[in-house]
Amino acid sequence: MVTFEPVDLFIALPEIVLLVLGCLVLTADLFVSQKARYITARLTKFSLLLIGLVILLHQSDSIRYAFSDMYVADPISDFLKLLSCGSVLAMLIYAKNYIEVRAIYTGEFFTLTLFTLLGMMIMISANHFLILYLGLELLSLSLYSMVALSRGALVSSEAAVKYFILGALASGFLLYGMSMIYGATGSLLLPEVASRLSTNPEGINLALFGLVFVVAGIAFKVGAVPFHMWVPDVYQGAPTAITLLIGTAPKFATYAFIFRLLVEGMGEGRMLLEWKQMLLLLGVLSIGFGNFVAIAQTNIKRMLAYSTIAHMGFLLLGFASGIKMGIAASMFYAVTYVLSALGAFGMILFMSRRGFEADELKDFKGLSRASPWYAFIMLLLMFSMAGIPPTVGFWAKLSILQVIVEAGHIGIASFAVIMSLIGAFYYLRIIKLMFFDAVETGKPLDEQNGSGILLGINGLAMLGLGFLPGVLLSFCERIISFSI
Amino acid sequence: MQTSQLAFYFFSIILIVAASRVITSKNPVHAAMFLVLAFFTAACLWITLGAEFLAIALVLVYVGAVMVLFIFVVMMLDINREKERRRYRNWLLPVLIIAGVMVAEMFFVLGEQNLGIDSTPYPIFNDPNYSNTKELGRLIYTEYVYAFEIAAVILLVAIVAAIALTLRVRNNKRANDVADQVSTSSTGRIRMLSDLNDDIDANKRKDL
Repeated sequence: MVTFEPVDLFIALPEIVLLVLGCLVLTADLFVSQKARYITARLTKFSLLLIGLVILLHQSDSIRYAFSDMYVADPISDFLKLLSCGSVLAMLIYAKNYIEVRAIYTGEFFTLTLFTLLGMMIMISANHFLILYLGLELLSLSLYSMVALSRGALVSSEAAVKYFILGALASGFLLYGMSMIYGATGSLLLPEVASRLSTNPEGINLALFGLVFVVAGIAFKVGAVPFHMWVPDVYQGAPTAITLLIGTAPKFATYAFIFRLLVEGMGEGRMLLEWKQMLLLLGVLSIGFGNFVAIAQTNIKRMLAYSTIAHMGFLLLGFASGIKMGIAASMFYAVTYVLSALGAFGMILFMSRRGFEADELKDFKGLSRASPWYAFIMLLLMFSMAGIPPTVGFWAKLSILQVIVEAGHIGIASFAVIMSLIGAFYYLRIIKLMFFDAVETGKPLDEQNGSGILLGINGLAMLGLGFLPGVLLSFCERIISFSI
Repeated sequence: MQTSQLAFYFFSIILIVAASRVITSKNPVHAAMFLVLAFFTAACLWITLGAEFLAIALVLVYVGAVMVLFIFVVMMLDINREKERRRYRNWLLPVLIIAGVMVAEMFFVLGEQNLGIDSTPYPIFNDPNYSNTKELGRLIYTEYVYAFEIAAVILLVAIVAAIALTLRVRNNKRANDVADQVSTSSTGRIRMLSDLNDDIDANKRKDL
């Protein structure tokens, strides 16, 4: 018999506060006219700050379960939730000017942003197949509709439909796989699944069959080759503010999703052996394909989409090493990647004006003459993405390569290095356009206080973390070793 | 052969025939009706397994609501594209071969030891007073309350998203404002004019 315990509510406090604030913003927006929409925007930012504070005060160095073990709060979840919250807040600051002059400056934009964050937080704290799936659906559903939010634009609608249909297909894959694993183990609770798989090897064939579908579903959501088709179209078609949202904070949720499902739920024996192979293959294909195709792009959003595919390949390789260090290296990589993606998309948003998207490569020509400071920031971000020292991106790639070598895949490590070299071309091309080409589209930068300062901090953070990579990496290792 | 087995085979055959007719019938309305039959037969199968709440929910939600909407849409659209269908038919053989190979592979991997009738235990039947619905309700509101609440939030997001994507506010619409009509008074209705030409606007003057 299950009894209700009020302590459950306290353990899940961040989610509950976020839900209440989300509903509050939704209701408050009803009484706000279009001219006073900044009130909704400020309320949303204030809510995010408050949730960040709640997560900070609420965190503890222990693992706590709630709601009949479906909810888990551990140091990993606190860290990832705080980062997701921070990147959503950064997205709102970067996107302020962009959305204000476009048709997506509506209350729904802010409400759906908050619900997206709620979906991510639920995924990060899930300890049950059903909760993982529901969190993922909450996140995806909010994102699908946000992509379509600018109703007049045909590309956005096309991107939204593609995203929705392929996302639904991926959810189908995931559910089918989960149902097979449920059939093999008789439980949906992740620790329970893990213990039954190790004690009862008869159902292993059925569980492996389910695992194939689960990994395919994960690959769809991550955007790993060969399940990457939606990524370039969605990144290009969505309004840049939404692209920024899709490309940053959900990566933490995806990381948590892989961690909970594969490492915690099926991280032993035969299952570990099998998914290591699958992730290795997905990672190698993504790194190769993403880097090669990105070279041919002229639209910077599309180029960054292919670069995301390559980066996600690296993230999967960390998991594929199957060792604790590798999982920590993946987390380090995710943090680094999201930081640089925030800056890169933030720069596109910073340069865009009314009727000017700044999403073509040629729009970056001669930026160093218009503003040497922002060109320098973009240079740092591109260096970090390419993995050039002294930026933090170098250390992230290095730590992944280290664990891959440690796991005995020297061939794959050298392949990843060669592909990164090829990938460096298209990052360096942007730097060349900014510093050595003449201005083509004569749009001057105008000062936007908030996002300009944040962009500076973001770019310098790539450099600062690059000088002290050990702090973040050892922190990742410490919180990972709490849970496994 | 037991009655329950007989019922199982009876419903299964209808289900398989109906499901295959969904994808083979030429008329989309017929396909939709076969889908209704397939749902209904599946509900009957569930009842024989003792899951009466799920069966009733399937009939109410899918047959009663979703399929009616579906048939509405199918009837409103003009879907009769013989040319495209012929194009699909060219793919029939390769698709059948690939699907057949996949099914065979799945059978060899999983085999009877995992999904066969012997490895699946028959459901336990409780006494006649046992209420499936009550037990489900108890579970949903106790053990699964967290999942239940998240599902509610997903529905809220669906409402917000649907309204945000479809609501169009038109400024020039010509509709009756009932509140305005009811709250009118006699003084606001009639205006006495001293000189006709003074108060007629430019448009009206043109008409005259």
